[in-house]
Amino acid sequence: MDIAIIVGLDVVSGIASLVLISAGLAVIFGMMKIINLAHGEFLMLGAYATVLSVSAGVNIWFAMLVIAPVFVGLVGVVVERCLIRFLYGRLVDSMLATWGLSLVIVGGTTMIFGNTIVGVSSPLGGFQVGAYQSSLYTPFLALMALLLMLIVYGVMRYTRAGLIARAVMQNPGMAATLGVNPARVYMATFGIGAAMSGLAGGLLAPIAGVVPTMGAAFIAKAFITVVGGGTSILWGLISASGLFGFINQIAAFLTTPVFGEVILFIAAVILIRMLPTGISGRFFKGRL
Amino acid sequence: MKQSRRNFIRTSAIGGVALAAPSLIGSVARAQDGPIKLGSLHDLAGPLAATGEPMVYAIMLAVEEINAAGGLLGREVELINYDTQSNIQLYSQFAQQLAVRDKVDVIHGGITSASREAIRPIFSRFRTLYFYNTLYEGGVCDRNTFNTGTTPAQTVEKLVPHAMNLWGKKAYIIAADYNYGQITAKWMRKYVEDNGGEVASIDFFPLDVTNFGPSISRIQAAEPDLLLSAMVGGNHTAFYRQWAAAGLKDEIPIASTTFGLVNEPATLEDAESTGVLGSYGYFEELDTPASLAFVKAIKDRHGAQTPYVSELAAASYEGVHLWAEGVRQAGPVDRMDVIEALDTGLSFDGPSGSELIAPKTHHVTRNTFLAEVENRAWNVLETFEQQQPLDTAAVCDLEANPNDTTHYIIDI
Repeated sequence: MDIAIIVGLDVVSGIASLVLISAGLAVIFGMMKIINLAHGEFLMLGAYATVLSVSAGVNIWFAMLVIAPVFVGLVGVVVERCLIRFLYGRLVDSMLATWGLSLVIVGGTTMIFGNTIVGVSSPLGGFQVGAYQSSLYTPFLALMALLLMLIVYGVMRYTRAGLIARAVMQNPGMAATLGVNPARVYMATFGIGAAMSGLAGGLLAPIAGVVPTMGAAFIAKAFITVVGGGTSILWGLISASGLFGFINQIAAFLTTPVFGEVILFIAAVILIRMLPTGISGRFFKGRL
Repeated sequence: MKQSRRNFIRTSAIGGVALAAPSLIGSVARAQDGPIKLGSLHDLAGPLAATGEPMVYAIMLAVEEINAAGGLLGREVELINYDTQSNIQLYSQFAQQLAVRDKVDVIHGGITSASREAIRPIFSRFRTLYFYNTLYEGGVCDRNTFNTGTTPAQTVEKLVPHAMNLWGKKAYIIAADYNYGQITAKWMRKYVEDNGGEVASIDFFPLDVTNFGPSISRIQAAEPDLLLSAMVGGNHTAFYRQWAAAGLKDEIPIASTTFGLVNEPATLEDAESTGVLGSYGYFEELDTPASLAFVKAIKDRHGAQTPYVSELAAASYEGVHLWAEGVRQAGPVDRMDVIEALDTGLSFDGPSGSELIAPKTHHVTRNTFLAEVENRAWNVLETFEQQQPLDTAAVCDLEANPNDTTHYIIDI
């Protein structure tokens, strides 16, 4: 029984971390059709911002929840102004440009901070379930993922900004005729997507190995989640994270971590073969 | 390892760029014969950069010292270093380049066992002398290759019984999923069983796993007395973090053959690393005069950001000096002459103590040490003088079979 609870928690944490690491990518891909290959590096910048703030004496919660997203959000706006805005509608070019950007960010970070940096340890303690122990940070991550999804839903569904964003997403030409400036909406969207990646990086900092190349370990899963989910930002993300997180964690527990990864990727291939437009393309069509 | 779309693009494109831009460190020839060329293949970018950096620093230092003392046979030693960027393909490519185009006299390099097995056959084929200066799983039996790092019989054999005496008989093994981790896990199992213990399970982790939640639950379910770890790389550092976050660090202690080899104690918080046991052929904290001078020389040259100076750096430094000793004895820098000179059982007194080449195995008899992490540094507990590479010696005899090039894998 205890083990069931612990494994259940692992599954929740697997789903939550997929939601967190993929959210920024989903927003940028879903709304702007830009494939951001520097997504992993945005996560890394968020983690670095957190770690460096904490070692400068900032409170860890403030560093994770405020500094990391704000900093990476600003980086995102600069990147959009200097690079991305010239590449709208040019899918391959934007992939090449963001991939180059990812190399620049990794190289620059290594040059400035070296290959090693002192990390931060997890701020919450552990807790006991029968004979098993787990980290309180796990439910905290799940809570943050849930909050993030609620905020995205609330903003998109109930605010004027969300309405404009959805309009531009559906038909930028028509939105522009009605007096919306799509360029500004794109800039804001990219910034917000980057900020979400920064938040995820900040939240992962205490439980990840913080090194300049850490983004590479997350990006494959983020892409699979977004592609598997399809273009609907919210439902696509939640359904794909739920499915892949569940499969990955259960498989890793029952077999070995190696097969956990293999089974996850097999499941993703089958899913994309059967639902080429992703889960949301089939089941949540036209929804957020 | 998983091949994401980005990884693929990155790998292919880096390959193209790197061809055009090898990094050359070294000095210009001045003797009539031209310099003696020493090739080096180490990762200075990508996930293994933190590992490769101190190794290259150590080789640069050794070359500098040799040249300051008048070079070898009156000729200067020129270092040609290629950055392999944590990419096995580049290892093969640069290995051929060093052997065929640069025509170097010796190559020091290779970090992971995977990279060594990619380049070792190339050097056999092109008859270029090769030094592998990394601690590894043992078993390489090749007359053209000298291995100066420690092998399991020199370290794991000390570590496992010490940990079992302290903590108990039931071990759980976790290791990186490539040849080093796979084979080291077998050695761990052997030593656990030799000491009357049992292995609950062995789990392997691909190098890009970052979420260890389910594995941590599996380990708890098995209720081991101790954890033996051969995890590798920055992503695996997250394991120790998540292990400590679950409050398990003080419940189930860890002994490791890789922890602290690169930068784990420096990266992790005190609370996440204190108490971890490790055994290597060298620790930066050793306070012998030779060790202090070695660490100071490297830190003076590379400043505050110098990564931890581990066995990898010490063995690289000692490897270059052993080779230089071979050249001095041989006279001309001919490959077979140098090998024969080294096979007379040459030795060198380096930062870790005396190192003696074992002619039958081309490994070294050297000091090894057992240490514990304390306040984010190693506290050396015990020294084992002049340990022989018995694991490889059990399967390898290059005097009887000089044409052997096998990488023997322990069979248990």
